[in-house]
Amino acid sequence: MNILAEKYHREIDTILAKYPPDQKRSAVMPLLYLAQRENGYVSKQTMVEIAEILGISSTDVGSIIGFYTLYYDEPGGKYRLQVCTDLPCALRGAEQFLDQLCENLGIRVGETTPDGIVTVEHVMCLAACDKAPMFQVQSGDGLTYYENQTVKSAAELVERLRRREGGKDGR
Amino acid sequence: MEGKYLLLRHREFPGIKELDEYRRMGGFQAFHKAVTSMKPVDVTEVVKASGLRGRGGAGFPTGLKWSFIDNKAWPHYVVANADESEPGTFKDREIMEGNPFQFLEGVAIAAYAIQANAAYVYLRGEFWQIAHQLDQRIAELEEGGLLGDRLFGTEYSLRIFTHLGAGAYICGEETAMLESLEGKLGQPRLRPPFPPSFGLFGKPTVVNNVETLANVPLIVERGADWYRSIGTEKSAGVKIFSLSGCVNKPGNYELPLGTTFRELIYEHGGGIGGGAGIKAIMPAGASSSLIVASEESLDTPMDYESVPNVGAALGSASVIVIDETVNIAWLIDKTTRFFKHESCGKCTPCREGTFWMMHLTRRIYSGETGWEDVELLRDVANQVRGKCLCALGEFSIEAVTTGIERFEGDFRQVVRGSEAEVSQMAAD
Repeated sequence: MNILAEKYHREIDTILAKYPPDQKRSAVMPLLYLAQRENGYVSKQTMVEIAEILGISSTDVGSIIGFYTLYYDEPGGKYRLQVCTDLPCALRGAEQFLDQLCENLGIRVGETTPDGIVTVEHVMCLAACDKAPMFQVQSGDGLTYYENQTVKSAAELVERLRRREGGKDGR
Repeated sequence: MEGKYLLLRHREFPGIKELDEYRRMGGFQAFHKAVTSMKPVDVTEVVKASGLRGRGGAGFPTGLKWSFIDNKAWPHYVVANADESEPGTFKDREIMEGNPFQFLEGVAIAAYAIQANAAYVYLRGEFWQIAHQLDQRIAELEEGGLLGDRLFGTEYSLRIFTHLGAGAYICGEETAMLESLEGKLGQPRLRPPFPPSFGLFGKPTVVNNVETLANVPLIVERGADWYRSIGTEKSAGVKIFSLSGCVNKPGNYELPLGTTFRELIYEHGGGIGGGAGIKAIMPAGASSSLIVASEESLDTPMDYESVPNVGAALGSASVIVIDETVNIAWLIDKTTRFFKHESCGKCTPCREGTFWMMHLTRRIYSGETGWEDVELLRDVANQVRGKCLCALGEFSIEAVTTGIERFEGDFRQVVRGSEAEVSQMAAD
């Protein structure tokens, strides 16, 4: 049974309609985003399902996950807080910002908070060089930019994310 | 309605991001005029005559690119390059957020000029929200009869689709972008053939940058002569300069090509913050050579012809300002780390070159090594030069080689056995 195909058949049809009928492979990237929606990563089983929908091998699907940085084949924090530390951001204090943020959260870059809510990562340029320090938050259902940040505003955001998740568990 | 801006018109007229307002201001008249009263080749001719050049960085004449499309093979495609990922570049994002319909109209006119019935907007994955906004706007255009089948009662049909990348700088290289859009690894193709003969799905394709396309509706509406009257003789029109780094007012500035660095940095950008003087300028983001700041370089006009006179290229006009507190050995450690991370791994000079350069810059900047490693770094960089499959590898060495050549003192300062270290030892 192809769980992905059953669950999202309407959305998959819409995605496939963007590309010529003989070029279904083009849909692999949007399908991977769809697959990440619930858990934030793509399981081995889902790779097989995407491969089946598109008529390619699951190795092909795996190679796409490996090549592009926004796809994951293992679980991380519910929210991935990705700080840009490239040159223009670094000139505006992004490296110190990242260090202090990690210190606040008690984790190192690449690690996840013990409650599983936030993973902190440093990433390459996000096209917001004039509004550093900045980061994006990636979760299963999208990406949001947070610009002109301070350690305080970032800590407040993390608290909001924690409350949101806590609220969900309590229901 | 005319105003201060040609591209960043939303700054004066924020309502322009809504279709009704965009149309009220004359939007989609150029596309209507093209489809109903111009031959495709005439549209290409107007753009050719306007002198518009690619704003993504290469500066290739846009109309000329369109004229290369192979009319023996069909269908044709337009791909809009919205992968904006060069450190220091953030202009296409502002256009798509603030003035999206002017960009989409440009896509539509380009598609008509090469008789494409489908166009793709390839956005970097991080532009997730922009892609969703564009999807809604494309749906509005379809509802309004401005996209779809048999437009304006003619035989011409056009659909536009968005496609999200997923975090790979290399996909801004046009053939890597096409591979990615085909569902493959984003790795550049060996060229020739070039996209106008062998592009998306192996079909003739034109790939244009967002900013380039946003110029097109105005050129069709107001004419090539009008456009040529802005900018310089060989660099016509306006450019959005993304200004970042050690300046008081970083941001996007839309100015005529040929504006000087001095005017951008001091008049518009509010000068250098923090009291230190200006040391260097990178006019094309991390891919740029380092220009030594001087009276002469500050007075250099920012156009395709003049910037090479001070030892760099205009590229995407992403101007990163470096002040005197910055050590260039640190700076190239940052840029090299970027290129190492973004190298796609397909060709050996880039894959290995960026790897070794990153290890060397790290060692040099952290003072673990002596001057011999600076020489080794220069050697490695020079071996990368001219041997890569695409511009990424070639660009990865620009800051490294010009940094060592033009700011040798900075490297002398950080390496082992440096004067700073010797005096520190004496003090101990």
